[in-house]
Amino acid sequence: MTVSRYFHAVLFAASLALAICSAPALAQKLGPDGAPNPTASSVQEQQLLNELSRIEGRIDIPDRKAAVLIQPAGRMWDYFHEVLLHWGAAIVILGTLLLLGVAYIALGRLPIKEGRSGLKLARFKAIERFSHWLTATSFVLLGLTGLNITFGKILLLPVVGPEAFTAVSEVSKYIHNFVSFAFVVGLVLIAVIFVKDNFFQRVDIEWVKQGGGFIASKHAPAGRFNLGEKLVFWLSLGAGLAISVSGFLLLFPFSVTDIFGMQIAQVVHSAVAVLFIALILGHIYIGTLGMEGAFEAMGTGEVDLNWAKEHHDRWAEEQIAKGNGPKSPLATPAE
Amino acid sequence: MARMKFLCDADRCIDCNACVTACKNENEVPWGINRRRVVTINDGKPGERSVSMACMHCTDAPCAAVCPVECIYPTEDGVVLHSKDLCIGCGYCFYACPFGAPQYPKVGNFGSRGKMDKCTYCAGGGGQEEAGSAAEFEKYGSNRFGEGKLPLCAEMCSTKSLLAGDGEIIAQIYKERVLKRGYGSGAWGWLTAYHETISV
Ligand code: HEM
Ligand code: SF4
Ligand code: SF4
Repeated sequence: MTVSRYFHAVLFAASLALAICSAPALAQKLGPDGAPNPTASSVQEQQLLNELSRIEGRIDIPDRKAAVLIQPAGRMWDYFHEVLLHWGAAIVILGTLLLLGVAYIALGRLPIKEGRSGLKLARFKAIERFSHWLTATSFVLLGLTGLNITFGKILLLPVVGPEAFTAVSEVSKYIHNFVSFAFVVGLVLIAVIFVKDNFFQRVDIEWVKQGGGFIASKHAPAGRFNLGEKLVFWLSLGAGLAISVSGFLLLFPFSVTDIFGMQIAQVVHSAVAVLFIALILGHIYIGTLGMEGAFEAMGTGEVDLNWAKEHHDRWAEEQIAKGNGPKSPLATPAE
Repeated sequence: MARMKFLCDADRCIDCNACVTACKNENEVPWGINRRRVVTINDGKPGERSVSMACMHCTDAPCAAVCPVECIYPTEDGVVLHSKDLCIGCGYCFYACPFGAPQYPKVGNFGSRGKMDKCTYCAGGGGQEEAGSAAEFEKYGSNRFGEGKLPLCAEMCSTKSLLAGDGEIIAQIYKERVLKRGYGSGAWGWLTAYHETISV
């Protein structure tokens, strides 16, 4: 309210100043011979562009967006799409891959310190794994088909030629458009199922102090999810929301917004996509290559007891206390 | 080499929409596709002006730059054409176009983004079809340009507000008009489309 009031006050002051400055121009509406000078009063392109950054008028056809006569911002959007996005995305994505490569060389695969116990603790139920993999599969499909829109013409087009590239891109557009719905379903499921274990807790501070599990001599305590995982959860939720909203705006062009809104939607969609991809690359790394015993949690749904004690000690204790502890293999009847 | 351009002398345009009708008829464009339109600025107020607008066939065309399948290109006459066989209907050219020129038939998924259609300067299509063939007409419309004629919209503009032709010649015509009548509200869109304007 106050902000908009302030804004209006500034606008008002500006228009007043403009009116005062243009007073001499008004006087020139009559030519030296006293006849009206038609251009002194007519709208001027440059003046309109200076005031509004785009020129809009009235049109006879029932198509609101056609009433925008000139929007020079189209060239700025072109610059974003062809220069900033290409460089930004290349730097962020390749940079992330490089960083992960360095991490792998420096740290190697983090082993289960105590070795495997052979005892299994149930970590993710079937519905939890389904939600994860639904989101994951659709994310990879959306990411690859989306990046084809961004980089396909640079990387793929010269290799396969224009006809084949169009065929690929057309299919890829359909995949991107339809798989988006699966992605949103997965995202909602993940949000609903996992939110209760992702609120920040005191133990998260301790986890950071103990080096987040990356320092071999220290033990970083954690509940069901550690701070790193919680951050992945919240960042994914935020990015997922932004990417879904902007994505649906792109899917139904001009249904809700105007040309400026569409350009912003595309900028948000592609910028968030690039950051999201970087985040998920890190997430994939730690869940597969980066750490022994992590993948099976989402794979089979069970983890080794020693892995659980090392990375999620609080959670493991809770589970055992609740009677969800591992069943000793010795306890299973021999026959 | 002639560089083809459009110029709308807004001080002459009377918003009659004959150019719009001529375009629709000459190119048999489907319902809902408006390759050319007339926009009235400050409608009903003093100093109101109408401007007839279609694809300006830009220099460094932003539509061509952003197209993810690179199906838009300038011909040696500076006419910006595209291939509907290659277009995937992503809608990006509309976001980049400063003049709202690209049009999309409401077909395809979600009923909004078919293969792009836009003013071809009555120069046929940018695909594989033979110039002047029925197949080309079906997909892109008329190829008057191939017959040495200018776009029909400009040719039949009753006030000769809308000019088409070699950029230097139409700029000269506009300049002379402005000098003679003593006023001119400018070559609308030229700075954005061609990185230059007409100084009188
Ligand atoms: C609700 C989910 C989503 C919807 C509705 C959606 C929709 C769209 C649409 C309509 C486009 C325009 C191009 C086209 O028509 O294919 C697009 C582009 C794109 N999308 Fe998505 N998308 C979604 C999720 C995602 C996700 C999760 C990612 C990343 C992993 C992603 C990455 C991209 C990229 C990189 C582009 C190309 C940007 C550019 O170069 O302009 N999208 N998306
Ligand atoms: S007016 Fe629009 S469609 Fe035509 S060349 Fe320029 S950017 Fe492309
Ligand atoms: S709609 Fe067609 S012509 Fe326009 S940018 Fe997309 S693929 Fe290119």
